[in-house]
Amino acid sequence: MRDTFVRTLIDIAKNDKDVILVTGDLGFGVLKPYWEALPDQFINAGIAEQDMTGFAAGLALEGKTVFTYSIGNFPTLRCIEQIRNDCAYHDANVKIVCVGGGFVYGSLGMSHHATEDIAMMRALPNVTVMAPGDLTEAAEATKAIYKQKGTCYLRLGRGGEQKIHEKIDNFQIGKAIKIQDGSRIAIFSTGAIFDEAKGAIELLEKEGISAALYTFPTVKPIDKEVITDCAKRYEAVITVEEHNIIGGFGSAVSEIMAEMSDKKAKLVRIGLNDMYSCIVGTQKYLRNEYGMSAVKIADRVRSELK
Amino acid sequence: MTSEQLAWLIRRHGIEMTHLSGGSHIGSILSVADIMAVLYNDVAKINPENPKDPARDRIILSKGHAGASVYAALAEKGFFDTEELKTHYQNGSRLSGHVSHKGVPGVEFSTGSLGHGLPVGAGMAMAAKKDNKSHSVFVILGDGECDEGSVWEAALVAHHYGLDNLIAIIDHNKMQSLDFCENTIKLSPFADKWKAFGWNVIDIDGHDHDALRSAMLSAKENKGNPTVIIANTVKGKGISFMENDILWHYRFPHDGEEYDGALKELHDAMPEGISDPYTKEA
Repeated sequence: MRDTFVRTLIDIAKNDKDVILVTGDLGFGVLKPYWEALPDQFINAGIAEQDMTGFAAGLALEGKTVFTYSIGNFPTLRCIEQIRNDCAYHDANVKIVCVGGGFVYGSLGMSHHATEDIAMMRALPNVTVMAPGDLTEAAEATKAIYKQKGTCYLRLGRGGEQKIHEKIDNFQIGKAIKIQDGSRIAIFSTGAIFDEAKGAIELLEKEGISAALYTFPTVKPIDKEVITDCAKRYEAVITVEEHNIIGGFGSAVSEIMAEMSDKKAKLVRIGLNDMYSCIVGTQKYLRNEYGMSAVKIADRVRSELK
Repeated sequence: MTSEQLAWLIRRHGIEMTHLSGGSHIGSILSVADIMAVLYNDVAKINPENPKDPARDRIILSKGHAGASVYAALAEKGFFDTEELKTHYQNGSRLSGHVSHKGVPGVEFSTGSLGHGLPVGAGMAMAAKKDNKSHSVFVILGDGECDEGSVWEAALVAHHYGLDNLIAIIDHNKMQSLDFCENTIKLSPFADKWKAFGWNVIDIDGHDHDALRSAMLSAKENKGNPTVIIANTVKGKGISFMENDILWHYRFPHDGEEYDGALKELHDAMPEGISDPYTKEA
């Protein structure tokens, strides 16, 4: 997913000299094609995320479209106040890119588990929050935030994600994408955990539980229309995110559903249950450990439908 | 208008604005007044007819708590009506205690949380370099603010990228929120720290207008590295009972001898050629 982002950004930046990529000294082996192709549009800000983000705001206020790049929690939590005051309050054209949402860097320990970033970025007014679910969504989201004025957050996986959509027609910020219809429940997913949600759907179908599947590449603004429609139609709405269940995608969906007077669906939020992981492992391992693998999602759905 | 006249008016507005609103930070407003007056009056390219003029010099007050000094300078330079200064800090006002750019012509950047201005200024300076523009970026910091790590992150980056169009001015009044800087977190040897970070350091009396002017103009000419002007100032400068007294970081001039005493001292030191904007004769 990060390579898809870099390739897409190179195409964008080649046609717009005001696009600048600023890294917090990360991107070994990943950003090289960018800095080789566009050395004048690349800045290494060093290991200093607060400065990187304020610096990006300064560049943006002078007419640049600036992408800041780092991993895990470094481009967000480490410099959240710079994002709030310097970028968002000033409507600065800064696009914050995180490689490694969720348990991508699972073996590196809790410092590298990005599991509260969506919640914190979503709480900031004037910030668009995106978490693409596959390579096609990642490319589309990169193009979309380039065009979108103001501060945006792009939460990426790392590598090895599938290409689930061949292509997406009319990709729009704020719009969920329907993968399939179902008759009993709807599963909503955001970010790279999409493939686990898809796996869960396949397991459930074998048992005769027909589920609709939607991917939400945008968490803010959230697609209210799809949520309200599904909440009226289905027995249950299940949200899946590689993130704390507090404040993130499931919370965004719950905020819409809580204000509905005519909903039919119960809401089930699947994610990290308000905790830090003090064990390590691969992304796959940790997803399973914390109930977010395809098998565990299917188990949870089954138990909720009893 | 002379810079001495503008400095007096900034102090006069500062006393009135904090008095009317019960606002904090008069000590800081008084210490930075001469810096702001010389910068806005004599050095910076600014244009009240077109506040967003692309050729303008950028001015960021990173010590946003002295925002009244920016509002007063801008109003006196014709960016907006001086009458509005009376709303500072009060219900519904756009003139927040910490400086805000929202709807206020001439304010380049909003601050208030310390340590934000220098990174942003460095980014603006980098953009100017990339676009071959000749304006300067001025960032005014407090000395206590230099406790913030982000100041030194930006100091490293600005030196690394040779941002000689970036000029930091430190209002070195030696005091911060609770005590003298040296009793809080030692900054000394302060100038040596900036030298070690590769900056062109100019150490001056921050109330001497000739020294301020010549330091700022020479900083604009400096090539190869960014400049920091360490402007040695006195917190509360100009009102004897406020000088070097930590009380006046937060206290405002109350009715009676505080307000009257401050005004008497200001009137005794009023330069020729201006009048007090708050007296009926004016």
